[in-house]
Amino acid sequence: MNSASDELRYTKSHEWVRRLDDGSLEVGITGHAQELMGDMVYVDLPEVGTEVSAGDECGAVESVKAASEVYAPVGGEIVAVNEALADSPETVNQDPEGAGWLFRIRPGDPSEFDALLDGAAYRALVESESD
Amino acid sequence: MNRRTPLYEEHLAAGARMVDFSGWALPLHYGSQIAEHHQVRRDAGMFDVSHMTVVDLRGADVPAYLRLLLANNIDKLKRPGRALYSCMLNAQGGVLDDLIVYYLADGWYRLVVNAATRDKDLGWLSVTAEQFADVAVEPRDDLAMIAVQGPRARERTFAALGEALRDAAGDLAPFQAVRVGELFLARTGYTGEDGFEILLPARAAPFTWRMLGEAGVRPAGLGARDTLRLEAGLCLYGADMDETTTPLEAGLAWTVGWAPEDRRFIGRDVLERQKAEGLARVLLGLVLEGRGVLRNHQRVRCNGLGEGEVTSGGFGPTLGRAIALARLPAGVRPGRTCEVEVRGRPQPARVVKPPFVRQGRSLIDD
Repeated sequence: MNSASDELRYTKSHEWVRRLDDGSLEVGITGHAQELMGDMVYVDLPEVGTEVSAGDECGAVESVKAASEVYAPVGGEIVAVNEALADSPETVNQDPEGAGWLFRIRPGDPSEFDALLDGAAYRALVESESD
Repeated sequence: MNRRTPLYEEHLAAGARMVDFSGWALPLHYGSQIAEHHQVRRDAGMFDVSHMTVVDLRGADVPAYLRLLLANNIDKLKRPGRALYSCMLNAQGGVLDDLIVYYLADGWYRLVVNAATRDKDLGWLSVTAEQFADVAVEPRDDLAMIAVQGPRARERTFAALGEALRDAAGDLAPFQAVRVGELFLARTGYTGEDGFEILLPARAAPFTWRMLGEAGVRPAGLGARDTLRLEAGLCLYGADMDETTTPLEAGLAWTVGWAPEDRRFIGRDVLERQKAEGLARVLLGLVLEGRGVLRNHQRVRCNGLGEGEVTSGGFGPTLGRAIALARLPAGVRPGRTCEVEVRGRPQPARVVKPPFVRQGRSLIDD
């Protein structure tokens, strides 16, 4: 699915962010990003426990076509990573905004989430980039 | 605006992601290039290769012309219907293109050359033909081409296109071709699997594609074509060799027809000198030991012997690992390890003699 959802937030580097019930944030790459990259073959995930700041490199996805870094959308601590992707990187293509989640982060500053792009802003970004 | 093959609408209807390839609109994939790769290795897939340049050569002087033009020896083609793979060289021994040449009938040969080199090749063919009284160079832009590849490709092609085809083409050996009505079937391909390349009138292509689809052959795009040929150790012109490399430096010494010695094909002098002096560079395969993907132009360091470069890098879906063809210093032998600079960091890669896969099976396993 490529249409941007309205419950998710987004970054300019094509990550999506979902706030979970326990306050942690789930992060992955968008449908648009996976389509540009093509079939995934490797996913590199950060280590649980790592402290990151917004904008830090936080793993990478590698497709047949190219490698792309993934960036932390907010600052905080990595509390979980999607280990199933080690054996099935194609999940990122098949369900990028669901089962293809990459990692979960406990945000240091909850207001950083509110500053992320909403669905409409992300859609506009994608349109402007496809010229 | 780029050129469209006769199968353009079929690709759109099948949900293809289209890209520009040498000025042609072609399908990169129809959803997943990895799935398409597996389909070809396990069953049958079909590629629209109508962008390739087909050139008919007619005239009494064509054999003499080809003996001059091609590094391989067309006199190996003893009977009509036979084909061979050859490089076409410039006077410096550099590869202008690689191609397949078919002997169709007395005074009639057919070349299939690359799309990217079309203008260069046609210019070269025409200029070289001027030396001969009776050679006509005729591009066949009226023809489309479909490659059906995989262990079940031939069987599904006969099921799709009829028993008359099986009677005429069922006994074709590899690198043999036959004309059946409007179709020209050759048991050739660029995937390392069995199958046919079918040349046919452009107007017959959509119907033929659909019949093949109904017989269970699934469309496959350029992405799969590249991973398949890489696993099969097949060179890509422009990446693994170009005008600055001789066939010897591209692992293609086997395609040079040295005998008879008095066949002085264009570029022969340089090849003979290179053979006598010894090569400085060779083309071999690399297998990345760990995670990551090998990519074109990555630097390769071979301790004690110098540096080389990845010419074709990628990921082999049948192998589940990154592989590449690379130009390396001549002393490097299969079995040793070199270091490839992958995303800024040196990673160990094992040197192997291509191909990496044959008949759907890995040849490189540990």
